[in-house]
Amino acid sequence: MIARFVVRRAAALAVTLLIASVAIYGALFLSPGDPATLLVGGGKEPSPRLLAEIHRQYHLDEPFPASYWRWLTGMLRGDAGQSLSYQDSVTHLLGARIGNTLLLIAYAALLIVTFGVALGALAALRGEWADTVVTVLSTTFMAVPVFVMAVLLTWGFAVRLGWFPAYGSGTGFTDRLEHLTLPALALAASWLAYVAQVSRAAIRAELVSEHVQTARSRGIKESRIVRKHILRNAAAPIVSVSGVAVAGLIAGSSIVEQAFGLNGVGALLIQSAAKQDLAVVQALALLTVVAFALINTAVDVLSAALDHRLPPGGSR
Amino acid sequence: MSAYQSVPAAGGRLPLGRVRALARGQGVPIAAGTVVALVVLAAVFAPLLAPYDPNAVDPLAVSQGSSAAHWLGTDDTGRDILSRLLYGARPSLLAPALITLTAGLAGTALAVSAAWLGGWYDRVVSAFLDLVFGFPGLVLAVVGAAVFGAGLDIAVITLSLAYLPYIARVVRSAALRERALPYVSALGLLGLSGRRICLRHLLPNLLPLVLVQATTSFGYTMLDVAAFSFIGLGTQPPTAEWGLMVANGAPGIIAGQPEQSLYAGLVIVVFVIACNLLGSGLSRRLLGEDR
Repeated sequence: MIARFVVRRAAALAVTLLIASVAIYGALFLSPGDPATLLVGGGKEPSPRLLAEIHRQYHLDEPFPASYWRWLTGMLRGDAGQSLSYQDSVTHLLGARIGNTLLLIAYAALLIVTFGVALGALAALRGEWADTVVTVLSTTFMAVPVFVMAVLLTWGFAVRLGWFPAYGSGTGFTDRLEHLTLPALALAASWLAYVAQVSRAAIRAELVSEHVQTARSRGIKESRIVRKHILRNAAAPIVSVSGVAVAGLIAGSSIVEQAFGLNGVGALLIQSAAKQDLAVVQALALLTVVAFALINTAVDVLSAALDHRLPPGGSR
Repeated sequence: MSAYQSVPAAGGRLPLGRVRALARGQGVPIAAGTVVALVVLAAVFAPLLAPYDPNAVDPLAVSQGSSAAHWLGTDDTGRDILSRLLYGARPSLLAPALITLTAGLAGTALAVSAAWLGGWYDRVVSAFLDLVFGFPGLVLAVVGAAVFGAGLDIAVITLSLAYLPYIARVVRSAALRERALPYVSALGLLGLSGRRICLRHLLPNLLPLVLVQATTSFGYTMLDVAAFSFIGLGTQPPTAEWGLMVANGAPGIIAGQPEQSLYAGLVIVVFVIACNLLGSGLSRRLLGEDR
């Protein structure tokens, strides 16, 4: 059963990525002028000689399927072309920045999963004031966008308290972590609140379920019930929503990197979009969509696998 | 939730109908709706309300705190922050409104036609919606800005596409359920055309759901538009817009002048919370469910 599901999801993923890559490459030809001007970047009119050179280099005069195929196979080989506005190969630009972005996303994901689930469990199991505090705070935090959170954290923790640096990427591991703390918090905040709410709801649903009541009536210790009967069964929705959150971090990371002046892939995407340097934008957009779709598919498969182990009729 | 419940009850003597509505737990949606309405009114009447021209630079009053002349202070070029917040409400609300309207109309049309016609058309529409759903909206907008140049217009077009599935997927499954109800086949037996059944009977019954989805989406599109302007690809200076104001004020934060960013950020957050609460209130009222 699960194998068939995995195959079906993988096929859907392949089709999605194929169509997405056609759309991303095709964007080049949507613009009213010569597509080559978008590969020069800078938004200004380049010399005819340079344009002819770009036409030759990117095979723009070939039919669309042929030039698309060259582009796609180039991407798969790790050759994403040249950025003329950065005077560098796209792969090199990407390689210099991907570490910062991955560290940022991993940091934020860690915060979301640990504190989100812990706060949700606290609210559901302790109840009373803990429940009220977590519910009110998470409702508020869910409405605070990443860039406003970035401003609030910079003002509070970097300017007023001076605990963390406000800007830049830092060098060396501990310095980088210190520079990434506020960005990771800004990125994580609203998703953390969301995961806390979903965890709370999932655990509360298990608390009143029949199998937990049965376990209680059999005299099993409460701590064991919480571990073996409640948390294990509440895992499926929590894993699924945590995965959605991590996928969401990919899109949000560009805003955070821009806000905190981090030298990452997301900031590069935004800056090259502003310069209309399409060689960079296409490569990064493809990378983002691939990562987004891969995580979403992995989460679907994982939660299906978790669900599979549940007894029939067990609540989700 | 309880933090908001006390707000409208403090209004003193209210008409009887109003009191009954509050007693039925409508306090939160009414307060949220009032906030939304006030912000919309502020946007419409910005020229009457704003004490200054939003783009008037005053070199003698740069980066001031709040005072009698400038209630919320001035920005780094001496422009009045209150006036810019009021004028800024216009693009900040208009762009999300256009996106929600486009995505709502096109999404509903696609959803109802797909549910009604079924077959290969339905499969194509569903596959298209799934595809768009798998694309992060902001990335779509960034690619659009890279091709056509930065601006709010490109954000409206790309985000309309990105929000299409949020409305269409929900409406399609509701339309499928509705279509299976006996009254629809009865209307068919009476000889009504498919188009007439869709437009006169299915659509009115689906309207509450569309309204609820649109209200909630409005808050999120507003966040996306503001984020897009914040990163410099949406509204271009010197136009006043909330997301852009947060970005404009950012350098001032380190210098100890966080007012512009904080006020603009606060306005965004309050408005989005109001939209979300209004959406869930409408949902409870119109659809009888929590979401």
